[in-house]
Amino acid sequence: MALQISQPGADPGPGNAPVPRAKRNSFSALLNRSPNIRLAGLLAAPAGWLVLVCIAALAALLITALWTVDTFTGKVSQTWTVDNILQVVTDPVYQTITLRTIWIALAVTLIDVVIAIPISFFIAKVATARWQKLLVVAVLMPLWASYLVKAYAWRNVLAEGGLLEWLGTPVGLNSPGYSESAVILTLAYIWLPYMILPIHAGFEKVPDSLLEASSDLGAKPWNTMRLVMLPILVPSIIAGTIFTFSLSLGDYITAQIVGGTTQMLGTVVYANVGAANNLPFASAVSLIPIVIIMIYLFVVRRTGALNNL
Amino acid sequence: MRLSRSAKTILGIMTALVLLFIYAPLLLVVVNSFNADRTFGWPPKGFTLEWWGRAFDSEGVREALVNSLWVAVVSTVISLILGTMLAMALQRYKFFGRDVVNLLVILPIALPGIVTGIALNNMFTTILGVSLSMWTVIIAHATFCMVTVFNNVIARLRRMNGRLEEASADLGAGVFTTFRLVTFPQLRSALLAGGLLAFALSFDEIIVTTFTIGAGDTTLPIWILQNLFRPNQAPVVNVVAVVLIVVSIVPIWLAQRLSADSVGISAGRARARAAVK
Repeated sequence: MALQISQPGADPGPGNAPVPRAKRNSFSALLNRSPNIRLAGLLAAPAGWLVLVCIAALAALLITALWTVDTFTGKVSQTWTVDNILQVVTDPVYQTITLRTIWIALAVTLIDVVIAIPISFFIAKVATARWQKLLVVAVLMPLWASYLVKAYAWRNVLAEGGLLEWLGTPVGLNSPGYSESAVILTLAYIWLPYMILPIHAGFEKVPDSLLEASSDLGAKPWNTMRLVMLPILVPSIIAGTIFTFSLSLGDYITAQIVGGTTQMLGTVVYANVGAANNLPFASAVSLIPIVIIMIYLFVVRRTGALNNL
Repeated sequence: MRLSRSAKTILGIMTALVLLFIYAPLLLVVVNSFNADRTFGWPPKGFTLEWWGRAFDSEGVREALVNSLWVAVVSTVISLILGTMLAMALQRYKFFGRDVVNLLVILPIALPGIVTGIALNNMFTTILGVSLSMWTVIIAHATFCMVTVFNNVIARLRRMNGRLEEASADLGAGVFTTFRLVTFPQLRSALLAGGLLAFALSFDEIIVTTFTIGAGDTTLPIWILQNLFRPNQAPVVNVVAVVLIVVSIVPIWLAQRLSADSVGISAGRARARAAVK
């Protein structure tokens, strides 16, 4: 459908060439003559779809947060109010849940950074070329296993009398059971590949010659790591934290499956959409993770991390 | 930097342990689907095929499976058409607002699923007054599936030689003829790979689905979530989870073999975000 735009001059003008097919099909001929109509034809459906489903839906979400629910009929009534947003911000219950969610997201991010750095270093700089490919695939593959199944797998691992208890008992460790620690552990597990990927890409960008120069000049491996590699890696690490942090902030399935009674922002949103049937309030709550992510992106924007996403 | 032998060994062992940490829980689900003990006690005391049999006989599981396949197929078809059109528009034309459209493509997967989910739920129920059904799920899924198809097709278009199409037009082929005989054959494997990835994404999606599915409708992931907390269903849930792992991993594996482009895509969201640049 879309052809030869780079050289508009290449268009066989009307009546120029003997074009039996184009003549038979006047619609095709019209498209052939006008790149603008071709573009409009290509763009209208998908762009319209995205605008309607994404932009319009997000704008509507913001507006709905300013509406209220008629307590009598249970239907959304279009009365303008900031009560929902005020309640979310001032009610101690939601403050606690917000803080807990941020804490969980931070802990998950920290665990993933600590695990991902040595692993990515090994894959990028120590392993031989053949192993490198295999290891990257091995890390990537589970990314595609269902998020639900992974959370569910941890329900298996953490089950009473399950694998973790069996592993932990001989060394005197208790399984956390279904709790907040279980949520942190499971989320750290689920998002780990999202941290390894950018950090691995970061290590690959560090030239070997730079590391050799550092050691020729007498630096011990630890100093090379700290003074040469780390500064180069910072944007990649931050890119990884954007994934783990924002993905954890919006979670509710994991909290539901392994969290026991742990409540996160997502749990509140879900409860208000389903059982409580208060969409305006759910919309107001869902604005919190959006705002936090925006702030985080704004803060890290200067480090150049966004170019490493 | 010259690492000592022991430092290298320690790093190697750590990597092996992390890989074990990544794969062990998934393997545990597979093993537990044969575990005779219905509370997932470890180590298993015996193995049985009973749960697999019960899953095959379960009406609810069969219905959910059919629904999941239906949703995945329809949203894949929609996303193949829209994704290809979008990729051709953005790759072949320069126009006002192109950067905005570029950003728009990323939005469905850059936002946390819960935000997309509640935004769509709100739009369907409050704003449009449409009742939720399998079709609202399909609309939601097609939106993020479109992005994977788009990524695959645009990567292929960048590497394709536009002169073949120019030659075709110069020789008198119409726009549609050129697409059918020149462009499409070159895109075929990218479309197949993109389609497989979209299918896998849709088949096991849970977060957006819970917000857009009608009451009483189920897909496989929804079925798992509904039966998760019923102790006597636990072993059957395990079987369904294994089916979900296999049905989502096999298309990905095929897609990677089909198209080098999709290896890049295999990082899923991570890669999709890279396109923001």
